[in-house]
Amino acid sequence: MKHLVLASLFAGAMALPAMADYTIIAPANPGGGWDQTARTMQSVLQEEGISKSVQVQNVPGAGGTIGLAQFASQNKGNPDALIVGGYVMVGAILTNKAPVTLKDVTPIARLTGEYEAVVVPAASDIKDIKGLIDALKANPGAVSWAGGSAGGTDHIAVGMIAKAADVDPTKINYIAYSGGGEALAAILGNQVTAGVSSLGEFEAQVKAGTLRLLAVSAPERIEGVDAPTLKEAGLNINLQNWRMVAAAPGLSDEQKAKITGDIEKMAKSEAWKKQLADKGWMDTFLAGPAFDEQLAKDEADTAVILKDIGLVK
Amino acid sequence: MSAFDFLMQGLVTAADPMMLLYALIGVTLGTAVGVLPGIGPALTVALLLPVTYRLDAAGSLIMFAGIYYGGMYGGSTTSILLNTPGESASIITALEGNKMARKGRGGPALATAAIGSFVAGLIATLLLAFLAPTIVKVALVFGPREYFALMMLAFVTVSAAFGDSALRGLTSLFLGLALACVGIDQLTGQARLSFGQPELLDGIEVTTMAVAMFAIGEALAIAGARNQHDDSVLAVKGSVWMNRQDWARSWKPWLRGTLIGFPIGAMPAGGAEIGTFLSYAAEKKLTKHPEEFGNGAIEGVAGPEAANNASAAGTLVPLLTLGLPTSATAAIMLAGFQQFGLQPGPLLFATNPTLVWGLIASLLIANAMLLVLNLPLIGLWVKLLRVPKPWLYAGILLFATLGTIGANPSTFELGMLLGFGVLGYVMRLYGYPIAPIVVGLILGPMAEQQLRRALSISQGDWTYLASSPIAATLLALAALALIVPLILRARGKGEVLAQLAGDED
Repeated sequence: MKHLVLASLFAGAMALPAMADYTIIAPANPGGGWDQTARTMQSVLQEEGISKSVQVQNVPGAGGTIGLAQFASQNKGNPDALIVGGYVMVGAILTNKAPVTLKDVTPIARLTGEYEAVVVPAASDIKDIKGLIDALKANPGAVSWAGGSAGGTDHIAVGMIAKAADVDPTKINYIAYSGGGEALAAILGNQVTAGVSSLGEFEAQVKAGTLRLLAVSAPERIEGVDAPTLKEAGLNINLQNWRMVAAAPGLSDEQKAKITGDIEKMAKSEAWKKQLADKGWMDTFLAGPAFDEQLAKDEADTAVILKDIGLVK
Repeated sequence: MSAFDFLMQGLVTAADPMMLLYALIGVTLGTAVGVLPGIGPALTVALLLPVTYRLDAAGSLIMFAGIYYGGMYGGSTTSILLNTPGESASIITALEGNKMARKGRGGPALATAAIGSFVAGLIATLLLAFLAPTIVKVALVFGPREYFALMMLAFVTVSAAFGDSALRGLTSLFLGLALACVGIDQLTGQARLSFGQPELLDGIEVTTMAVAMFAIGEALAIAGARNQHDDSVLAVKGSVWMNRQDWARSWKPWLRGTLIGFPIGAMPAGGAEIGTFLSYAAEKKLTKHPEEFGNGAIEGVAGPEAANNASAAGTLVPLLTLGLPTSATAAIMLAGFQQFGLQPGPLLFATNPTLVWGLIASLLIANAMLLVLNLPLIGLWVKLLRVPKPWLYAGILLFATLGTIGANPSTFELGMLLGFGVLGYVMRLYGYPIAPIVVGLILGPMAEQQLRRALSISQGDWTYLASSPIAATLLALAALALIVPLILRARGKGEVLAQLAGDED
């Protein structure tokens, strides 16, 4: 009997395909977007039986570049190691002149994204995006913009808006806050002219009528959001604050294909879709050569705009 | 229904046996992670989020709230007993609390911290329940210039409260301000004083610095003065409990601490530390026993601890009314809300009253549970002080090191801990106060950013700083606090002041 049990256990173990026990590095403190992405991946990967055990480890600091550097140096050729990152990391690598870049890891897929939103307080005289652009053109310094940390997506968005409106991007009056939340307080308190952050940060306030949503940075109108795109206002901007997952450097093609397969299975699952809907994240899944191409384009565009704003020399 | 009816209904929701169980699990876990080094309430809630996915929304939020309050409680225990503040909000508690513990009054110190936290938690939660929408309106009036004025007030009162030797106090403060410049400048994204070290890009971690200065520095100082038996630790002298005088000297600081901590916690850029600094400074000014400050004054524990807990409740004001997390734990609780498809914000009170009031009611219950859980433990905790001194300090070194590595697994961080430990030792050796350097590190970046934001908004116009009534009032108060002592001194009342400022660690 004992032998039978052992034998069947053994057979069962043989029959199972080799499942990876992933470790996901969240290169930020608990609570932020990357941490939440990593922990959502953890629960879905386990729930869907794609991986038996998934660990999440936080390595915070400097826009994710510290976690990235540690990840790249400690996991060469390790097919079980993953790191979460995103667009903010692209900018942080450039502004911090980080020695380790996304070229030193194996980007797997873009998972989620959020578009940027431009808002003004409900009490503001500015009624639409045109009004804001006119004010900006008249006196760039007099329009103060609140948003997240310097060199981050929000700052880049303001730089792009200025550039597209033929205003010198070095003249913008950008007031950096530690995050969208703190910036939100400044906007609600009428301390600044306008605010720029992820749409999700402002949505509840827009619905409550305390903020006026002027425009979003999507290529076309977003369903259920009553605002024009920046493109409609004549500003050719398509900016998404995306989050991605990358694997360790030095992987074989089979290893990379296996991880991509696992991540794709996760991103296509019902559990993942439900989590995204609950959190209000957009599914912007993109993998393979299409993602590599998009990543290269984003890196090049960001380098240009950060130079224009004057953050990168 | 009125707010009161909603609260009653919430209490009924939260009094459900299962909910009580969740609250109990929450406060027990919270106290444990508050006492243990390296894991804070934020990480605990993050770890539990996936677990609670299958539980119901009310239950898990109640548990998270328990962890949050529990963590605030637990943090003071290590501060008082081991001089190892686990979080920046309990740094001030270590100043007087540890002195009390070493004189055998660890019991009353822990008790006044626990009861003060309870009183503050109770009042602040009720304020949250009934005044949240009003308070948030006031808090939003605070823009960069108002924050800057508040920081100035904190600077002046704090450096006055800490400095008996003005020169040494200011030296220590400016050392802290200089260290505060390290890292990426938040407004331009440029690295300052980081010398190409990526680990320095985010600046110097306040808790690493505080633990190094207080715990490591002191362990070195004790080891260095091994043969001088002037600093013996008494485990228990007199009663473990608070005596009549302790009560009489504690209740006013509790109330004042609550009134200072709650509104500052509710401000989006306030933070718990400023409340504890201001409360300590206020108690030092108002006390009838100034000679005890610096040597274990119970007011110096009661006030800041109350302020600390009141600000924890204050943090929930912007979270619930604006969807605005102002601390790491609040950010994760926000994620918890979203997990259940709830969007905290101006509409939450209207769309989900049962849940919100259930949460507020469970905070009241968690608060009472914490008191019941913690008071009997005090007798057990103070026994820790009976551990022979070499073992105790070896344990503290281990505890401090583990905590630092646990929070940030990097050898560089550990090197910083040891480096600052040595600095702390040298400062002790030459009689420089420790607290101002930590205060400088915490307040420096805030003051600088708010000043630059204000000037950026006004496009360089300095008069903007005093152009709102609140900012002008706060600046005037700061100026008074600076000038009045100078005048007193000039009129030959210097000795009164010297007496007022007790000697400092």
